[in-house]
Amino acid sequence: MMVRVLLPAHLRALARVDGEVKVEIEEPATQRNVLDAVEASYPMLLGTIRDHATQQRRAFLRFFACERDLSHESPDALLPEAVASGEEPLLVIGAVAGG
Amino acid sequence: MSQVRVLVGTRKGAFILTSVGKRENWNVSGPHFAGWEIFHLKGSPVDPNRLYVSQSSGWSGQVVQRSNDGGATWETVGNKFLYEGVPGTHQWYDGTPHPWEFKRVWHLEPSLTDPDVVYAGAEDAALFRSNDGGKNWEELAGLRKHGSGPHWQPGAGGMCLHTIILDPSDAKRMYIAISAAGAFRTDDGGKSWIPINQGLRSEHIPDPTAEVGHCVHHIAMHRDRPEVLFMQKHWDVMRSDNAGDLWTEVSGNLPTDFGFVIDVHAHEPETIYVVPIKSDGEHFPPDGKLRVYRSRSGGNEWEPLTKGLPQSNCYVNVLRDAMAVDALDKCGVYFGTTGGQVYVSPDAGDSWTPIVRDLPAVLSVEVQTLP
Repeated sequence: MMVRVLLPAHLRALARVDGEVKVEIEEPATQRNVLDAVEASYPMLLGTIRDHATQQRRAFLRFFACERDLSHESPDALLPEAVASGEEPLLVIGAVAGG
Repeated sequence: MSQVRVLVGTRKGAFILTSVGKRENWNVSGPHFAGWEIFHLKGSPVDPNRLYVSQSSGWSGQVVQRSNDGGATWETVGNKFLYEGVPGTHQWYDGTPHPWEFKRVWHLEPSLTDPDVVYAGAEDAALFRSNDGGKNWEELAGLRKHGSGPHWQPGAGGMCLHTIILDPSDAKRMYIAISAAGAFRTDDGGKSWIPINQGLRSEHIPDPTAEVGHCVHHIAMHRDRPEVLFMQKHWDVMRSDNAGDLWTEVSGNLPTDFGFVIDVHAHEPETIYVVPIKSDGEHFPPDGKLRVYRSRSGGNEWEPLTKGLPQSNCYVNVLRDAMAVDALDKCGVYFGTTGGQVYVSPDAGDSWTPIVRDLPAVLSVEVQTLP
C-alpha cells in the first residue's frame, strides 16, 4: 500500500524533497513500517526521526494524522485507516521550541 | 597563485569564505545546511576538496556531510555513533551517576595521510573513527573505558570531546581533550590512553591537581615540534614541552587567563595566539575591547593586537574551535565570534579586518591553504 508522509522542512531539505513523500509499505500500516519505508527510500534520514540506539521517536518530533496526536502510540499500533489508504498523510512535526 | 578557503561553522549553517593569497577580497558561499547547527567542518590535508561537516539539531540529532569538491556539492554519510558495549555511567553535574548518551559531534579531524579516515569527537565524551569516508563509525573505546571514565563530569557546555590532534611524526600518537575531564594521549593508535594533566591546577574542583577533572578548553600544536603543546584551560594558559607529561603555566601578563581559543603561528613554533575572555561568568572580552594576544616567546610575555578590532562596547565571545591559521607567508590568522564576525589578519596578527560581520554565532573556523 502507498502511504503519504509529510516531513518537517529541515528534514525535507536533508532528504532533498519538496512536499509530501510517498512510500510503499507492507501491511499492516504502522508507524514502524512507515518509518522503515521512509528511511529505506531516504537513508539520509536514518537517525533523524528515531534515535539510532533506542529507535525511540526524537523528543522534539511528533506524529500527527487525521487531527490526532499519535506520538505516544505504540510504533506497532495501526495507523488510522485514512492514512493506510493514502487519503490522509502522516505528519511528522517539529516541535515549536527553541525560543 | 595560492588561495585560502575558510570553513565556518555557525549556529544556523556553514559558510565557506574564499580568497586569493592577498586575502583582501572574499567570496562568501552559504549558508550550507541552513538552520542546522554546524559545530565543525574540516578538510582533509591530503585531499583538500574532501570536506567533512558535523551537522546537528535539537530536533533531529546528528548528521554528517561530506564533500568531494571543496563544498560545491554534499552527500550525507553515516551518523550511527554507538558506544561500544554497555555504555555505563559518568558523573552528572550533581555527582550522581548518569548514563553515557550520544548527543552530537563537536569536532571532526581528518587523517593526515588518508582522506577516507576521519576521527570524530563526541558529546558525551567519546572518540570515533571512520575508515570509509564517514559512512561507518567505530568507537575507540579504550579512551572512555580508561579507568577514570566513571568520574568524568560535564563542563557547562556538556561533556564534550572537542579537541583531536594527530601527531605528524608518529602515526600512533594522538591527543584529545574533554571538558571537563582533561587531556589524554595515546601512543598505540587509540587502543589505550593516559591522562596528561600533571601540572594543571583547577581551583574549582575538590582536588585542584587531580589526575582528571580539569576543564581543558583547547590545545594547539605546531607540526614541526609535535612534542610541544599549548593549552587554553578554563583559567590558565599552559604549555608542555614533553608531549603533555608535564604542564607549566605561561599566562604571564595576560589581562585575564580565561578563554577558549589558542593557536600557533604556521611558521614560528614559539608564536602563539589567545583571545582573553573576562571570566567564566562573563563570556566577553575585558573592558569591551576585543584583543588577540600574541606571544613570540611561547608564552609568559604577551602583546595585545588591536588594530582593526573593536576597542569599545564589544561583548562577543570566541569559542574554542573558532581560531585557525593559514600556511601562507605571511601567516594569516582567523577567528570567529559569537556576534557573527569572522576576522582575518593577513600579517600574523598585526592588523585585522572583518571578512563578514553578520553571520549567525560562529562555532568553528578552519582554514585551508590551497595551491
